[in-house]
Amino acid sequence: MARRLDLEHVNIYYGNFHAVSDVSLMVPPHSVTAFIGPSGCGKSTVLRTINRMHEVIPGARVEGRVLLDGEDVYGPGVDPVDVRRTIGMVFQRPNPFPTMSIRDNVVAGLKLQGVKNKAKLNETAEQALRAANLWDEVRDRLNKPGGGLSGGQQQRLCIARAVAVAPDVLLMDEPCSALDPISTLAIEDLISELKRDFTIVIVTHNMQQAARVSDQTAFFNLRATGEPGQLVEIDQTQKIFANPTQRATEDYITGRFG
Amino acid sequence: MSDHTGPQTDATADHRPATSATTAGALGGSPARQPPAERAQPPSPGKPVVRRGDRLFRAAAVSSGGLIVGIIAAIGLFLLLQAVPALRVDQVNFLTSRLWNTDSLTNLRFGILDLLLITVTVSLFALIIAMPVSLGIALFLTQYAPARLARPFAYVVDLLAAVPSIVFGLWGIFVLAPALYPVAAWLNTHLGWLFLFSRRAGAPSLQGGGNLFTAGIVLAVMILPIITAVSREVFERTPREQIEGALALGATRWEVIRTTVLPFGRAGYVSGSMLGLGRALGETIAIYIILSGTALSFSGSLFDGGATFASKIAQAAPEFNNPTLAGAYVSAGLVLFVLTFVVNAAARAAIAAGER
Ligand SMILES: Nc1ncnc2c1ncn2[C@@H]1O[C@H](COP(=O)(O)OP(=O)(O)OP(=O)(O)O)[C@@H](O)[C@H]1O
Ligand SMILES: [Mg+2]
Repeated sequence: MARRLDLEHVNIYYGNFHAVSDVSLMVPPHSVTAFIGPSGCGKSTVLRTINRMHEVIPGARVEGRVLLDGEDVYGPGVDPVDVRRTIGMVFQRPNPFPTMSIRDNVVAGLKLQGVKNKAKLNETAEQALRAANLWDEVRDRLNKPGGGLSGGQQQRLCIARAVAVAPDVLLMDEPCSALDPISTLAIEDLISELKRDFTIVIVTHNMQQAARVSDQTAFFNLRATGEPGQLVEIDQTQKIFANPTQRATEDYITGRFG
Repeated sequence: MSDHTGPQTDATADHRPATSATTAGALGGSPARQPPAERAQPPSPGKPVVRRGDRLFRAAAVSSGGLIVGIIAAIGLFLLLQAVPALRVDQVNFLTSRLWNTDSLTNLRFGILDLLLITVTVSLFALIIAMPVSLGIALFLTQYAPARLARPFAYVVDLLAAVPSIVFGLWGIFVLAPALYPVAAWLNTHLGWLFLFSRRAGAPSLQGGGNLFTAGIVLAVMILPIITAVSREVFERTPREQIEGALALGATRWEVIRTTVLPFGRAGYVSGSMLGLGRALGETIAIYIILSGTALSFSGSLFDGGATFASKIAQAAPEFNNPTLAGAYVSAGLVLFVLTFVVNAAARAAIAAGER
């Protein structure tokens, strides 16, 4: 079940370092939002704030509110473990559990939630692998370790692992940056399909990719090195690429950046 | 692990015949960099091109490796040569006899069965205690403790490894043994029906504590720092991406440990434990101080006294005035030598089997 996501005046810190300043944005359900911007402007940091992965870094903290259908995921009494089960994440570098079998990798999240029924686990594993466009390639070796797949296959395995727990929101941090063009296209197709079931936020350095897969695009920037990153503008993807309101956005997407 | 070997394979693949080209990196990367000269005269398949640096390094590596093997073989050979004359005149079966009587040179009767059983029992007992405790400490230090606390705590554990064996022996018999008496008495009263905790007349007194029970616990404390240090090292190296992958799936701290840290560190933990076992098997002076000699043969009880290979040899060392007599003890040493080899080989096999 896809849900709506709101960030309200979010400030993010690593210890004393103010990494991201005052971000407010809205992500509607069943949509794909792309985060673009130069390296170091805080895209990953904002993404990791949404599912409370930011706080696992010592000294890291967040101010402001992140609302999932109106409920603050940083509210008192909210368990970050529950938040991460509701908001799934795919990382830049594929990170399957190398010693676990392919099937166990996919259902790792379900097992953590206490699902023990073998038939149910197998069924979910197949569904998730089909959703990730990986089923045909691995159906004959589900019991082989996940570390034995190619990089692109591993990344789709990680996507399968993330969707198997049926989260409401799916966060993807440069999911295609380590992949060849064919795997990249496969994953972009996949994102368009996953939109039916999830709300998706994707970080990408690839403008064409942002243009191809996303409904709205957020452009982040640094005013100067050492300054905190900030959200410059967020709008419909077509609008951002055809006719952005901010000069900085236009410079960045036309390559006149810096 | 393959991450580390990958780049090296790439580097050497350039110099090898095409049959051994391995990774995509080597295939994709090398053709562009290949100097034209090399393409003009490709290496003949029978004689791979080896650069001078590689050749020197190879020679150094092979010779130092060979040196170590040579030293070990020489030690084994020395032990064997010293042992043979005594084994020849042994009046009982060396491997199956429980006797150890070397008073009369014309009637040597020595067998290692009791020594072997006692050595193995006390070492395994120590290992069974030390393994879970070390695992707990290593996990606590790497996964739970705040850095401020973890560093001094780890330092203290490491310091434990620096305490001399003799101090452990004295502490064991004078401090630990009396303190353990209530525990020993309780075990003997309530579980005495089990061979492990029964005590026969003639065995060391429970009050004195000169038995395998005390010795095993002291050994456990002695091997704890090794197992902890090795496990800590590997647990710390668990890839950050994997830990975050588990966290992002909604794993609790313990679940993160179970799904990433333990599978990643298991081989290291087992090796560390085997290092500890090796140390326990060979420990001499602490055991020598703690264990009381006894006329009884070993019954399998932790409340028995006796001697291990190492403590038996240490005990008799002052009287090695005759090569044949010494040979009896050297042959015991030889068995200990082989035993540690077997333990190491078994550990390696266990790790290899676990990785498959
Ligand atoms: N663990 C950390 N500790 C301290 N500072 C960090 C940490 N991670 C990131 N930062 C800092 O926070 C800022 C934002 O980093 P972030 O990784 O979010 O950038 P990004 O936009 O994702 O860049 P890229 O496109 O290169 O991935 C950078 O200045 C970075 O140096
Ligand atoms: Mg990033």
